[in-house]
Amino acid sequence: MTNKEVYDHLKARFGSAIGDWNEQTGSDYAKRMSSYADITDAGAVHNICMHLRDEPTLEFDYLNNLSAMDNGDKTLSVVYHFESMKLGHHFAMRVTVPADQAVVPSVTDIWAMANWHEREGYDMIGITFSNHPDHRRILLGDDWVGHPLRKDFKVPEFYRGMKVPY
Amino acid sequence: MPLVATDRMQTLPLPIKVVPAEKVEPSRLKTEEMVLNVGPQHPSTHGVLRLEVVLDGELVIDVVPHLGYLHRCFEKHCEAMTYPQVIPYVDRMDYLASMNSEHGYAMAVERLMGIEVPEKVEYIRVLFAELQRIASHLVAVGTFGLDVGAFTPFLYCFRDREDILEMFEKTCGARLLYNYIWVGGLSHDLHPDVLGMCREFVKKNRATHKEVNELLTFNKIFCERTGNVGILKPEVAINYGASGPMLRGSGVKWDLRRNDPYSIYDRFEFEIPVGEGMMGTVGDCFDRHWVRMREWEQSLNIIEQILEQFPQNDKTDVQKAIPKRIKPATGEIYSRCETARGELGFHIVSKDDIKPWRVKVRSPAFTNLAMLPIISRGYLMADMIIILGSIDIVLGEVDR
Amino acid sequence: MFDGLRDLFISLIGKGALTDVVTIVIYCALPLVVILLYALFAILAEMKLSAWVQDRLGPMRTGPYGILQPIADILKLLQKEDLTPVQADRKIYNLAPFMVFIGSYLGFAVLPFSSEYIGARLNVGIFYLIAVSGLVVVGILMAGWGSNNKYSLMGSMRSVAQIVSYEIPTGLAILAVVMIAGTMDLQTMSKLQEGGIQNWFLFGGPKNIAGFGGNYAWLLTPFMFIAFIIYIVASLAETNRVPFDIPEAESELVAGYHTEYSAMKFALFFLAEYANMLVVSAIASIVFLGGWNSPFGSFLGGPILGVVWFLAKAIFFVIVQIWIRWTLPRVRIDQLMNICWKVMIPFGMATVLAIGTIVTWLAH
Repeated sequence: MTNKEVYDHLKARFGSAIGDWNEQTGSDYAKRMSSYADITDAGAVHNICMHLRDEPTLEFDYLNNLSAMDNGDKTLSVVYHFESMKLGHHFAMRVTVPADQAVVPSVTDIWAMANWHEREGYDMIGITFSNHPDHRRILLGDDWVGHPLRKDFKVPEFYRGMKVPY
Repeated sequence: MPLVATDRMQTLPLPIKVVPAEKVEPSRLKTEEMVLNVGPQHPSTHGVLRLEVVLDGELVIDVVPHLGYLHRCFEKHCEAMTYPQVIPYVDRMDYLASMNSEHGYAMAVERLMGIEVPEKVEYIRVLFAELQRIASHLVAVGTFGLDVGAFTPFLYCFRDREDILEMFEKTCGARLLYNYIWVGGLSHDLHPDVLGMCREFVKKNRATHKEVNELLTFNKIFCERTGNVGILKPEVAINYGASGPMLRGSGVKWDLRRNDPYSIYDRFEFEIPVGEGMMGTVGDCFDRHWVRMREWEQSLNIIEQILEQFPQNDKTDVQKAIPKRIKPATGEIYSRCETARGELGFHIVSKDDIKPWRVKVRSPAFTNLAMLPIISRGYLMADMIIILGSIDIVLGEVDR
Repeated sequence: MFDGLRDLFISLIGKGALTDVVTIVIYCALPLVVILLYALFAILAEMKLSAWVQDRLGPMRTGPYGILQPIADILKLLQKEDLTPVQADRKIYNLAPFMVFIGSYLGFAVLPFSSEYIGARLNVGIFYLIAVSGLVVVGILMAGWGSNNKYSLMGSMRSVAQIVSYEIPTGLAILAVVMIAGTMDLQTMSKLQEGGIQNWFLFGGPKNIAGFGGNYAWLLTPFMFIAFIIYIVASLAETNRVPFDIPEAESELVAGYHTEYSAMKFALFFLAEYANMLVVSAIASIVFLGGWNSPFGSFLGGPILGVVWFLAKAIFFVIVQIWIRWTLPRVRIDQLMNICWKVMIPFGMATVLAIGTIVTWLAH
């Protein structure tokens, strides 16, 4: 299946939860690997992922990548890249949530790979992954304030009363 | 509750307090679990990793990795740099396999912009990527030997790694952090001596490969220590997103150089070694080590083929395809390549600017390290160190 | 030799209590001189041999060909700050290195360096040696407990389990020889092996002394080889050397029981380790390889050359230990115990049984 066909399949199955298809045009590779579907309903992510993994015609058994990002317009996104090792096709999807209410269901129970990557997304961007088994910061210290990869992040002048030299 | 002697006993002129048997409650005789902090300063955490190990005697009950001691905000840096300026930072992620990382990043940006690279450049890139893979496996195998307690193979490996670094130094002037593979080209053409050095190196390195096999891989003690330890089942490996030798060690025949061919890897004949459970169960530490050993051999095969096919009379300028201005149109890419540690992916989001909007690195070491707790539970403390060594992490890449 | 030394001092400072004290002190301190000189040599040997095994040069800057490196190392250790962790149990912590060193030094008392020199000729010499080596265990346990460090504690617990277990195969291997020799006195044992290589216990013991089986003693040779191998392997474990160095396995336990020690206290552990290596090697050479006897009978023999032969044999085994250390990986604790209880002790028992049978048969 091409990723467009996967998209059509999902559209037929989940209807309005699946948004537009964003085709990448940079190169064939980009078109094949990185064209993504918008997910309009963040709450449906877990069901969609479950379907992606368990549907025999899709069988996305491998989660390549999970990136969280700040879109700069008060919304945050999570981008998923899937691959089926058995069937050899790819798919990508992107769920966008408002920055002040950034909650996305965790997919750790579907692909354990998401565990640390979701923690990183929380740490860096500040997206809360609901039902995550171990929702802690991962790279930064537990006492860090803020999420540094947000576009509006200001480097704090003081860290525990110490002036940050720069 | 303090234990006191009975009154009758206190009247006796005894120099010690006698505790009557019925006063000792059975619950007081229980042993406790011990929390041991391994690292960040520890000889075998391969960098600054801290592991919180819960031990029952010497038995590992749980491991909690704490990362971030080498976090250098790579992804934040990228957002402030232009695309070519990111490359030196990419070097510093996986400092043992910088060429592979550079290759991955350069390829990602090229795919984002649709740049075609001259054939000669591809040959040089693949040659260096394979040399770097050998260099990285040499360190991995050597330090794995250190974890098991064999000191000597480590130095044999470093001796040969030196030759590879010399070739890199001759070509681009740097030994570890090269800034060599640029978007669309290379910083320098191949130094004329390098092909000759390479031929000699392949010959010499095959001898080292045999030597390390004899001294380490098929040493009885080594086999006993690594076989049946840290078994990772293939379905678990896939679910955890394992890649590289970690995944292949579990018996999954998956190599991006074959399964998602990039650059000119489709021109070369090479095998994809997988774990066979030679000294125990499929997916144990020995299998991961053995996959690395065989991959090292396969890389030598690839290098030999490159040396045969190399277009020596091609006088193409290696910087020919470098665009004057690297400013990809709005869009995004997830591009990946097979480094020594596994699938290194770059997710780059471009917003029609000379700086990337977001660069997310799917780091193989980071993803593989997440499996440490599940595969080291129930083994001894000494095994846990070996399992950690067999994952072959580079903290620069884990923490970025 | 003691009398000779005493006569020398009488001629120098006259007769009296002082003379006796000086004689005794000097007589007792001789092994210490040997240990210190040997330690310098062993440290250098370890550095250089490891370098050669590993395709390196080793230390090259201190003195010609780096031969002054051990002295530089000792000077460095002397200058270092002597740290005691705040949480440590001070008394135990400070006493431990001395216990360990005393444990190994006591062993030298009964070693016959030559036909003329032995510190104390005990009739239970080898038994005494095995007993005092137990003192090392106490010292190690004190170090591990006193440091109040989890790594140290784990290292010392491992060490105790290991040394206590491996004393059994060591004892069995030595018992095999004791049965042939009929004595536990090390000097008598050495004397029995006089007259050339064929009389060494490794080859079945003396052929020229009445009551020892004569040429039939060759029958013992294969069993003696088994006992010898068991002894060598067990002695590696007793001195905590690779492949049995799990008490100080640097990749797991940082440095094991001496993690928290610095300066001279660390140096004492270091010295004790090397002294221990010499003791076990010396036992191997006395019990199996004729001690101070020349392999060519009376040719190149004698009390002075005897010291040379004795030390040469002992140091040969020390070098073998170093060589093994830089070649093999380390075993795991359960494998270590398996090797001891499931392989070496049954083999040791069988050897003792076989040798006992043959000796009894020969005696009749």
